[in-house]
Amino acid sequence: MVPTSYYLLLSAVLFGLGVVAFVFKRNIITIFMSIELMLNAVNLAFVAFSRALGQLQGQVFVFFVIVVAAAEAAVGLAIIIVIARNRGTLDVERVDSLKH
Amino acid sequence: MLLLTYLWIIPLLPLLGAAINGILGRRWKKSVVSTVALSSTTLAFLAAVELVREFMALPADEIPWTRSYFPWISAGGFHADFALQVDQLTVIMLLVVTGVGWLIHIYSTGYMHDDPGYRRFFSYLNLFMFFMLLLVLAANYLLMFVGWEGVGLCSYLLIGFFYLKQSATNAGNKAFWVNRIGDFGFILGVLLILRTFGALDFATVLPRAAAMPAEPVGQSGVLTTIAVLLFVGAAGKSAQLPLYVWLPDAMEGPTPVSALIHAATMVTAGVYMVARSHAIFLNAPFAMQIVAYVGCITALFAATIGLVQTDIKKVLAYSTVSQLGYMFLACGVGAFSAGVFHLMTHAFFKGLLFLAAGSVIHAMGGEQDMRKMGGLRKKIPWTFWTMLMATLAIAGTPGFSGFFSKDEILLATQRANTPLWILGVLTAGLTSFYMFRLLFLTFFGPQQFDEHYVHVHESPRSMVIPLVVLAILAVGGGWMAAPLLWGKANYFAEYLSPVFTATQEAPAAAAESSGGSALLEALLGAPVIAGLAGFFLAWWCYIRSPQTPKKIAASFGAFYRLLVGKYFIDELYAAAIVRPLVWISDHVLWHVVDERVIDGTVNGVARVSRETGDRLRYASTGNIRTYAAWILIGVVAFTSLLLWMVG
Repeated sequence: MVPTSYYLLLSAVLFGLGVVAFVFKRNIITIFMSIELMLNAVNLAFVAFSRALGQLQGQVFVFFVIVVAAAEAAVGLAIIIVIARNRGTLDVERVDSLKH
Repeated sequence: MLLLTYLWIIPLLPLLGAAINGILGRRWKKSVVSTVALSSTTLAFLAAVELVREFMALPADEIPWTRSYFPWISAGGFHADFALQVDQLTVIMLLVVTGVGWLIHIYSTGYMHDDPGYRRFFSYLNLFMFFMLLLVLAANYLLMFVGWEGVGLCSYLLIGFFYLKQSATNAGNKAFWVNRIGDFGFILGVLLILRTFGALDFATVLPRAAAMPAEPVGQSGVLTTIAVLLFVGAAGKSAQLPLYVWLPDAMEGPTPVSALIHAATMVTAGVYMVARSHAIFLNAPFAMQIVAYVGCITALFAATIGLVQTDIKKVLAYSTVSQLGYMFLACGVGAFSAGVFHLMTHAFFKGLLFLAAGSVIHAMGGEQDMRKMGGLRKKIPWTFWTMLMATLAIAGTPGFSGFFSKDEILLATQRANTPLWILGVLTAGLTSFYMFRLLFLTFFGPQQFDEHYVHVHESPRSMVIPLVVLAILAVGGGWMAAPLLWGKANYFAEYLSPVFTATQEAPAAAAESSGGSALLEALLGAPVIAGLAGFFLAWWCYIRSPQTPKKIAASFGAFYRLLVGKYFIDELYAAAIVRPLVWISDHVLWHVVDERVIDGTVNGVARVSRETGDRLRYASTGNIRTYAAWILIGVVAFTSLLLWMVG
């Protein structure tokens, strides 16, 4: 059986990639995908712990996270479409009208 | 039993009148407004009469009759209900307030006929009736205080009725402020009652106060403190030294207001309150002495000022202060029923005097200076004859109402305290002098005005009829006390005696009047002689040789100037209290406390947050990725902290 620490390590690597992408990417869709990546990294950690500890709560949490992620994807993509229509760009650096 | 069950109907009627006229009457004709105002007071008077009829049939053990309508305040162990009460004292006050109030409403329909504020006037006057009835019907001190403040409010509104006149609004403010001082004393007294007895209703407080041991002079305790505080309130409302200064200025209001509020009813509320609290006062002899001395000195003091006033209403105002002093003198020597008796006869004759003075002013086209009148006797005979009756009554002419009430007070004073009695008799002489001076200056002697400019005319019937009714009362209202003449207890005192003896073993007035009639005649003599002396002096000075007053004024120059300046009390208060207060308010409270401390704090808070924001706004770049980086740093920092604390 694969040891739990492997899963956790994979999860941490995925999460770190998500964070880095979130901070350094400019395209909103890429940022959005990096958020999804972080969520799924956390899901992986939940499932690994659930299996290691022999408890179901972790898996239940994963379902919640999936539901929230789905809702977030729906709303977020809608917002992205509106931004793209209004501004003609997906570069976050240029979505800065609150600043001025 | 209808009205005994639903006591609240009586105060509600004038309140309805005030509300209907005040809210709906904006476009109504004067006749409709006066119909509403008059019918509400007429119904209130009829209701009061019916109530008295029902009250008469009550068995003695059901008096005082108390009805509680709903719990008003209930907090912890403290309860105050909206409760009304009727006993013999209430009956007297009810009849005086609704009866005299009703007559004055009728008079006002004539007097105020051409005033643009007709509707406003009647809604205020009706509102006053409501609060006054609430005051006399209240069954506890708190509800009484509501009425007490309410009549003060109406007094303020009506003094400042001619609000375009600066002096009228000033007088209204003065009345309000001076009364605040008195009311502060009253409410402190009420709070102390609550603390001492744990209740505020008369039925609980008064028997408990009566059951407490009397506090000898020099060993004053809580009862004395309560009594003195209550008396401070009474002195404010009833214009006693040193808080009388608002009443003469209150003459800025329309004359019917002076008659109703500042002579017949509201200003006697203090006397009523002291009489109502007699059980407290009787066990506080030191407070009784204060009441007696303040009353007596006020009576003399105000009478001397009245001697030299030239404004017809001002003379009557000082006379009112003086007569209220008599009422307190009576209460102070324990003759509460005599005080209430004088309250009633005073309501008749002083109400009449003011209404007649209003009729004179009406006839003279607004002139109030007596020196510019003269010789009006033939031109306005109804006014003259009714005013003569009132003057005879207040001067204490035997057979008129003032004679009985004033002599009963002086009789009780004679038994209690001789120096006060001498001052009281002296005041009776002065009263007679200034009243006949008023009468002679106004109605006798040569005309001092030009008939081409002043069209003197008798007042309309709506004004004359109340004068005649009040004249009958002013003449006959005292005969209830007639048995006093042949040495029996008078009917009035006997009627009131359950109120004043229920909580106390037979006090002064009621039982004592069974003394020998010879002694009584001798005692009655002095005030009558003083009254006659006052009359003759006035006759000599203003009819026989009109040069005399000038000579007297010249030979007592300093004293005369002191009297004309009203002892310079207003100036004294201005220098000692008003100006320092204004200075402190201006230099300390305004420029330091308000501008520096309060404004400084508010502006300081605003400046601190603005400047903090100025610095912090550089952190908000508007760049999403910067924010994300901040979040990341925050998470890392927080997690490290958590790990460090756990590990």
